[in-house]
Amino acid sequence: METAIHLLTVLLLPLVLRGVINKTKAAFAGRVGPPLLQPFYDVIRLAQKDSVISETTGWVFRAGPVVGLATVLLASLLAPFGRESAPVSFSGDVFLFVYLLALGRFFMAIASLDTGSAFEGMGVTRELTFSALAEPALFFGFLVMASLSRSLSLSEMLGESFGPQWQTSSASLVLVLVSWFIILLAENSRIPFDDPNTHLELTMIHEVIVLDHSGPALAMILYGASVKLLLFCSLIVQMLSPFDSGYALVDAGVFVVETLVLAAFIGVIESTMARLRMPDVPRLLVTACVLSAFGIILLPH
Amino acid sequence: MNLLMASIAMIAVSGLPGAVLDKRRLGGQFLATLFSAAGSICGLYAVGRWLAAGGQSDLRIPWTLVPGADFHVGLDGLSAAFLLPIFLISMLGSIYGQGYWRQSEHAENGRKLRLFYGLCAAGMASLVVARNSVVFLFGWEVMALGAFMLVATEDDQPSVAEAGWLYLVATHAATLTLFGLFGALWAICGTFDLPADGSKLAPAAANTVFVLALLGFGFKAGIMPLHVWLPSAHANAPSHVSALMSGVLIKMGVYGFLRVSSFLPEPPLWWGGLLLALGVVSGVIGLAFAVAQQDFKRLLAYSSIENIGIIFIATGLALLGRATHRADWVLLGMGGAVWHVWNHALFKALLFYCAGSVIHAVETREINLLGGLGKRMPWTAFCFVVGATAVCGLPPLNGFVSEFLIYVGLFGTLGIPDAGATLPAAALAAPGLALIGALAVACYATAMAGIFLGAPRSSRVEHAHEARWTMLAPMFALAGGCVFVGLAPGVVAPAIDPAIAAWTSAAPGGSELAAALIPLAERAPLGWLSALGLSLVAMLALGGVVLAARLRPRFVSSSVTWGCGYVAPTARMQYTSTSFSEILTGLFRWALGPRVNRPKIDELFPQSASFASSVPDSVLERVIRPGLNWIAERILWFRVFQQGNVRAYLFYMFAALVLLLIWPH
Repeated sequence: METAIHLLTVLLLPLVLRGVINKTKAAFAGRVGPPLLQPFYDVIRLAQKDSVISETTGWVFRAGPVVGLATVLLASLLAPFGRESAPVSFSGDVFLFVYLLALGRFFMAIASLDTGSAFEGMGVTRELTFSALAEPALFFGFLVMASLSRSLSLSEMLGESFGPQWQTSSASLVLVLVSWFIILLAENSRIPFDDPNTHLELTMIHEVIVLDHSGPALAMILYGASVKLLLFCSLIVQMLSPFDSGYALVDAGVFVVETLVLAAFIGVIESTMARLRMPDVPRLLVTACVLSAFGIILLPH
Repeated sequence: MNLLMASIAMIAVSGLPGAVLDKRRLGGQFLATLFSAAGSICGLYAVGRWLAAGGQSDLRIPWTLVPGADFHVGLDGLSAAFLLPIFLISMLGSIYGQGYWRQSEHAENGRKLRLFYGLCAAGMASLVVARNSVVFLFGWEVMALGAFMLVATEDDQPSVAEAGWLYLVATHAATLTLFGLFGALWAICGTFDLPADGSKLAPAAANTVFVLALLGFGFKAGIMPLHVWLPSAHANAPSHVSALMSGVLIKMGVYGFLRVSSFLPEPPLWWGGLLLALGVVSGVIGLAFAVAQQDFKRLLAYSSIENIGIIFIATGLALLGRATHRADWVLLGMGGAVWHVWNHALFKALLFYCAGSVIHAVETREINLLGGLGKRMPWTAFCFVVGATAVCGLPPLNGFVSEFLIYVGLFGTLGIPDAGATLPAAALAAPGLALIGALAVACYATAMAGIFLGAPRSSRVEHAHEARWTMLAPMFALAGGCVFVGLAPGVVAPAIDPAIAAWTSAAPGGSELAAALIPLAERAPLGWLSALGLSLVAMLALGGVVLAARLRPRFVSSSVTWGCGYVAPTARMQYTSTSFSEILTGLFRWALGPRVNRPKIDELFPQSASFASSVPDSVLERVIRPGLNWIAERILWFRVFQQGNVRAYLFYMFAALVLLLIWPH
């Protein structure tokens, strides 16, 4: 039952998150905006389309989207949604979680570079550099979580038993929360790191990487990127949500609502902030690292 | 043991028949490979049989050459763990050399290469089984000098000769330190035995021995900042030699360090802490250098420094475990270290073979001149993807397994799963390891792109050809090894347990800690890793089939790469490896000290401009070379003694003898 709810969430929620973010941004701009389910329509339409593929590319270009999607889907089995354990959990799954995402990033990068486009080269360079700086911040946070829960499994760190830690070590948790939220924005190419709606290839990060993908491959990428957004949102929501009703369905409902609220919040951030200059991005990421490193120092011993 | 010694001897003489045969025919080359392969298979069989059956395996022959030193060799878990990669990689390298360094194409130096290749491999195997520091040093020097001859294979080229000399100086600096180390051990423990009796070492003496071992073996392993010889040696040697050096030879430094540290008593905390710090620095800075390289073999060499860093992080964890009597940390630290030694041998040899195939095809090591090779060398490109995924520590390949163990161990210092002694400072190496992993992804993605993807950047690529099957076969074997170890780690783990036990129990009072060790397969969730690895493979296959069906030719129209509306892009407009590395090189400017020549534009209509940048090794160019020059200037007056006159030298010898005679006993 729990597994079915989990899989259903992974199937349906990610694209709605995108819709919510876009709707919020539209509301701030005084527009009606695209329908909430527009990302669904996009993915379905793309999946039915034919493709245009650059002559320069080979099998690597075609493998990228498959690996990118498979890795986030597998990683989503390790992340707990709500107060239930994830479908798969074992001691050390947190490392597999991070490295699966890295595998997807590696293949998306080489798939994009297969086109030989200088624009995509720029995007890949930025994406890989920024994620390299984001990785330690994520791990500093995991160190805090692991030492609070005495466990190396995401489900035990953030799942069932999370909550009481706020009373004993709230300072650390707040720092990790802020740091992870910055990482969420960076890893998912949101403002202030990247503007998903930008129209100039020179300034893009994520969008320029997928510039040459089209049709079903682009659908896979779009869906995969949304699942990745859900995964990072779930880390934050798991930290914030103290609610445990004991009923799987109710908990899942609460999780969905909380995630949607977080998505709306991301939309607010995107509407009220400008994106950073590229040279300032590493500074913000290092700040995130330092914040979560302070989180370790502030842990009660 | 006898079989093992016979196989080492067989490998040692493998190049000998070829040395006296005709230099233009292939007979000598076949014989060398035959001997080397036969010797390696015997050796692998002997080690495998020992791992399966266990028991005492020793050979001691009284030896009057050195007082107090018998010729003593033996096999234990640690030796076995390092023998396996030696035999495997030297065999595969010798097969690879069949196609890569064909005697008919390299008539001048092929025979020399094969002769010293066998000697170098045999030297390594014999130092690993040595139970006596004299035998150890003998094997060490055979290995070191053999490797010098191998690096200097093409010594008619100035860059190769310089790399050879640099290597020779570095390796002898290491040997000198080792003489000091074993001399100190002999003076204190009164024997040349390895492992020595550590209980005779007072804390101060143990500290001295530790520092000497770290220096001497660190030079060979290439830990920062002692890595200066490594990039140019790896880059200038023939590629299968680079594979042997990077995959196996630098691990002899690791072996020596593990062997000596195994019997030191009561390690203080700072030993482990120092290793963790050195490991993280080597890993991060090594990769920063790797990203900035434009020569892909130098890139791989710097990445070896990174991997040695990872191995030292794991070793540091194990030492901390011994210091705090936590068997769990020892298990995961040593397990991670030994496993990473194996993994690195597999994937780095694979990557160097790929590099060799590329060099064979295009005759350049400049990434900026390549691109688009994936279409012309599909199998090499495929092997490179496998190797790169493995070296980045990504699942489901082997690199992930060893890094996983190290992560679990490092997080364990927070008191996970059970409370007890905790050491949260050590856990800070975990984010360092995460940074290493992410930088590796950036490094290898851009290397892959620069060499194999995109469009050719120069005409060299146009007539590139796929490697010969003798070169592809060892590459496939190694790629298969990477996949197998990654998907079935539970099969491999039992072979590592004896090494952990041997390292732990050699210390005075170490048997207590060794008794607390549990099998690695019981501690780490290797079954989960296999299960999820296999499901990933299944998902990839499924997704691949679905996408392939949707990308059948009738659904696809081809076009040029999107260039923002510009329809006549040329290959020169692509991002180059220098452009890829620009941001990261900038972030690590403080460590790399890149040299950039950019024109200063101050007129309104600048005419012509050129831009050049390079990243030389900052330790070598900024510290060691100026330092050595300074010393050389100070001791110029010593030249008075160097007359080049035989009579003068005879006089010096006579004077020295007289001095020794009147030396008070």
